[in-house]
Amino acid sequence: MSKTILSVDDSASIRQMVAFTLESAGYKVATATDGRDALTRLKAQPADLVITDLNMPNLDGLGLIREIRALPQFKFVPIVFLTTESEEAKKREAKAAGATGWIVKPFQSEQLVAVVKKLLG
Amino acid sequence: MTTTEIASISPAARGKPGAGAFQPMQVLTMALAGDVFALDSDSVLEVLDLAEVAEVPNCRAFVKGLINVRGKVVPVVDLRVRLGIRGAAETTEDSRIVVMAVTLGGEETLVGVLADKVYEVVEIAPAALEEAPTIGIHWRAEFIKAIGKRADGFIVVIDIGKVFAAGEQELSKA
Amino acid sequence: MTAHSATPAETFRNEAEDLLVELEAALLDLEGDPDDREQIDRAFRALHTIKGSGAMFGFERVAAFTHHVESAFQKVRDGELAASHELVGVALASLDHIRALLDGAGDPAKEELLLAHVRRILGAAPPPVAAPAAEPADEPPAEKIWRIRLALGPQAMAFGTNPLLLLDELRQLGECTVVALTEAVPPLGDMDPTVCYLAWDIVLITDRPRSAIDEVFIFVVDDARLSVEEVPADAEVRLGEILVRRGDVPEQAVSDALSQQRPIGEMLVGEGKVAPERVAAALAEQHQVREKAAKSAVGDASGQGSIRVQAERLDGLMDQVGELVIAQARLRQLVAASDDLALKAISEEIERLSSELRDTTMGIRMLPIGTLFGRFRRVVRDLSQALGKDVELTVEGEESELDKTLIERLNDPLVHLIRNSIDHGIEPVERRRAAGKPERGRVHLAAAHSGAQVLISVTDDGRGMDRAAIRAKAEERGLIAPDAAIADSELLSFIFHPGFSTAAQVSSVSGRGVGMDVVKRTIDSLRGTIEVSSTVGAGSTVTLKLPLTLAIIDGLLVRVGRGMYVIPLSAVEECVELSPEEDSRASGCSFLSIRGDLVPFLRLREVFHAATEPDPYQKVVVVSSGTLRVGLVVDQVVGQHQTVIKSLSKLLDDVHEFSGATILGDGSVALILDVPRLLALGQDQESRRLAS
Repeated sequence: MSKTILSVDDSASIRQMVAFTLESAGYKVATATDGRDALTRLKAQPADLVITDLNMPNLDGLGLIREIRALPQFKFVPIVFLTTESEEAKKREAKAAGATGWIVKPFQSEQLVAVVKKLLG
Repeated sequence: MTTTEIASISPAARGKPGAGAFQPMQVLTMALAGDVFALDSDSVLEVLDLAEVAEVPNCRAFVKGLINVRGKVVPVVDLRVRLGIRGAAETTEDSRIVVMAVTLGGEETLVGVLADKVYEVVEIAPAALEEAPTIGIHWRAEFIKAIGKRADGFIVVIDIGKVFAAGEQELSKA
Repeated sequence: MTAHSATPAETFRNEAEDLLVELEAALLDLEGDPDDREQIDRAFRALHTIKGSGAMFGFERVAAFTHHVESAFQKVRDGELAASHELVGVALASLDHIRALLDGAGDPAKEELLLAHVRRILGAAPPPVAAPAAEPADEPPAEKIWRIRLALGPQAMAFGTNPLLLLDELRQLGECTVVALTEAVPPLGDMDPTVCYLAWDIVLITDRPRSAIDEVFIFVVDDARLSVEEVPADAEVRLGEILVRRGDVPEQAVSDALSQQRPIGEMLVGEGKVAPERVAAALAEQHQVREKAAKSAVGDASGQGSIRVQAERLDGLMDQVGELVIAQARLRQLVAASDDLALKAISEEIERLSSELRDTTMGIRMLPIGTLFGRFRRVVRDLSQALGKDVELTVEGEESELDKTLIERLNDPLVHLIRNSIDHGIEPVERRRAAGKPERGRVHLAAAHSGAQVLISVTDDGRGMDRAAIRAKAEERGLIAPDAAIADSELLSFIFHPGFSTAAQVSSVSGRGVGMDVVKRTIDSLRGTIEVSSTVGAGSTVTLKLPLTLAIIDGLLVRVGRGMYVIPLSAVEECVELSPEEDSRASGCSFLSIRGDLVPFLRLREVFHAATEPDPYQKVVVVSSGTLRVGLVVDQVVGQHQTVIKSLSKLLDDVHEFSGATILGDGSVALILDVPRLLALGQDQESRRLAS
C-alpha cells in the first residue's frame, strides 16, 4: 500500500511540483492551500507524512505543526517544513514546535524524494 | 609421596655407580601388572578414561588399536606386551590411557599408553635413582631408564623414547 | 488543485505573474507609506517565493537576480534599511526585469546596472570574483572506519523520527555493525512509551565522505547526542584500548582486568565496569577494523585480489573443516533418531554449509602443478650433464591444480621417474644419431584433469623398455612362471617391484633397483595408480593417476566382525549379496560370478581375523582399479560416509591393508581400506587360480 503525503503550500507551483514528484516516486499525494485547509483534510483523511510551507495565510506552518502535534492520532507522523537558508530562527521554532525535518528551498525533486524516503523508509 | 620422602629413604643410593648420571625427574606413576611404573611427565599430555579401542587387524601385538583423542586418531599401546610382562591385560574401572607425545622416526606423534591405574606426578631426586639391573627383573631392561627406590618398593621409570624408537626390526611383530 | 496538464514550470510562470502583481501593489503602497510593515512583508514574501520556486522550476537567472532584491527587503524587514523611494524605484525596475526574465528575455547589461544599484543601496561592495575552488584531486575515495554513537533527544520519536530508518540509512552507506545500548532504559513502570531510551554504537566502513554520515543525522543532530569519529585502521588494536578510546572504561580498569588471564571484555563486564552491550559494540569495532585491515592487506598483495596465506594456516583450516565434517556427521546421526523437524532442518542446513565450506577450503588448497614442474628443470639439466646426454625438458598443463599436500608429496616420485627416463630411457647421443633420432632427447611432463582425478605423465623419447629383460628378471625372481602368458601392461609394471632393476650396468643415478618401488609405494599411499606404456625404440610413458585431494573422501562404511571400515567410494563398483552356494565354498580361493565374469573375492573376516560369528548374509563390495576387480566380503554394508582421512601412526606402518583411519559420527575410529593392496591380494588369488 502506498503511503499518503499531504502537501501544504499556498503556492500552486510548489504543490504541483511536490505532487508530481512524489506521485512519480510512488506515493499518494493530497494537497492543502494553507494550515487551516490542511487540518480539515487531515481530520477527514489521515496522512503518513506532511510537507508544509512556513509562510502561509490563515494558519501558517508553525501553527499547523503545533496543531498537528496536539492531535493524539498524529503524534508520530513525520512533518517536513519548507524553509530557506535565511530562515534560521524560523527553523528553530518549527523544530521546537514538533517538526521532524525540513527542506531548504530551492530544492530539486530528487532532494524532496530523498527526504521523504528518509522519513518514511 | 613427596620429593623429600623419596630422597630421605635412599641415602644408600649415594656414591653408587651410575647414581650421578641422573637429573631429578618428574614422572607420572602408574600401575601395570601389579608393579609401579613411571613415565616422564614432560611427555604426558593427558590421562583419559578407557575409551573404545578400534582394533587394527594384523598389527604389532603391543598395539591394541586406535582411539579418538579430540579428533586425532591415536594408537594405544600395551606396555605389558612391549616390556615382556606375562599375563593378559584386564581392564577395570581404574584403567586409563595416558596420552603421550613421543618421537617416532623423527616425527613427534601421539601415543596412548594403557595403565591399570594412574597414581600421581612425583619428582624423584637423583639420589633415589639407580640404573636398571640387568638381571633379577622380569621385564626387558633396554626399555627401563632407571629404578627409583622408595620405602614400599620400586618405581620402574620407562624410557618411552626407546620403547618406540627401536629400529624397524626391533619393532617388527612382537 | 492545479490541473496536471500544465507542467510545473508553466504553473510557476503563472504563479510568478500573480506574485509580481502582488509585489507591484506592495511596492506602490510602500511608495506612499515606507513604514507599512504589512506591505514590506508582502513584498518580501513575493520576492522570496519567486526566488525559491524559480530555482526549482528551472528559472535560475530569475532566482539569482531576485535573490539580491530579496536581500534588500530582508534588511528592510529587519529594520536595517528603509524602504526609500530609491529602493522602491529600483525594486519596480527589477520587477520589470524579472518579468522579462520569466519570458526568456532580459537584457544582461540592464541586469548589471540594476544589481549595481541594489548593491549601492545595500552599501555592499561588489562580490569579489571568486577564484575557482581548487578541484579536489580525483582519487578514488578511500574506505574509512567510523565510530558513531547516537542517542536521540527525548522528543525525537514524538516528533516523527523513526530511529530504525536512521540506522537503515546508515547501512546504505557501507558495511555497518550496530549495537544497541540499553543502559538508559528505565524500569517498565517509569517508561514513557513516546521516549526513545535506546542509544546505539555503530561501526561503519564506508568510502563516502563524512558529510554523507552527517546528512543521515541532519534532522536529529541538534537535539541528539551524536558523535562521529574516524577510527584508525590499525588491525592490532586491542579490545581494552577500544573501550578506553570510546570512553566506556577508565584506563585503570582495563589494566586491572588485563592483569588477570581472562578475556578482557568478560572481565570488565563481570566487574560491572562496563555494560555488556558496550563491550559487544567495541568487539564489533575491533572486528570491523581487523577485517578492513585484512582487506587492505589483500589489496596490497596484488591487484587481482589474491592473498598470501601461510601454509600452516591452510593446514589448520583443513583440519578444522575435517573436524567440522566429523561433528556434522555426528549431528546427523543424532538427528536421524529424533522427530524434531526444526532440529532436522538445522541439521540439514549445517550439512549443506559444512559441505560448501569443505569444497571452498579444498579449493583454497589447490595449487597449480607448475610450481612443482619448475623444480625439475634443474634436475634434468644436472642429470643430463652428469650422464653426458643432451636432454630437454618440456612441460604441459602446468596450470592444472591439485591439493598442495599432494604436490609436495609428488616431488620425490616424479624426480625418480625423470631420473629413470634420462638414465635408462634416453640413449647416448651417438646411439640416437645411429637410430636416426634427434640428438637431443626429450622428457615431457604433462598434467591434465580427468574428472575427480589428475593425470600426470612422464614421457621420454628413448629406447623404450626391454620386455625380454623384464620378463627374464621376473622369472628369475619367481614373479611369473616361465612361459606364462601375461598382459603387456602387467609385465611392464614389474619395474615397480622392490629390487627390480634391469639396467645392465648399475649407474650412480638410478640403477640400484631402489626408486621405482618407492614411487609405487608413494603413489599407493596417495591413493593413486600407475600405468606404464612403452614402445621399443620410441620411448616410454609412465602415467600417475591421482585423486585431486587427500584430505577428505566419500567412503562406503562396512562392518567386518566388530570393526568398522571405510572403502573409498571412488573404487566401489557395486554391492551384491553373497549367495549361500558361493558362501559355502571353501575359504581361500573364492570366485564370484558377476554377469558372467569371474571375480576373485576376499573374505575380509579372514584377512582381518574376525573373532565373532559371521552375519548370516554376507555382502560383497566389488572394488576396482583399472581392469582389476576384487570382491570384498563383509558382514554388513552400513552406508555412505564422508571421510576425513587421518594418516596412520608410524607404529602401524607394518600394516598394509589400511591407508588411513577416520572418525565416525559416534566418535569411534574406523580404518580406511587400501584398495590397491587388496586388489593385489585378490590378484594373487587370481594367479593361483590360473596356475592351478
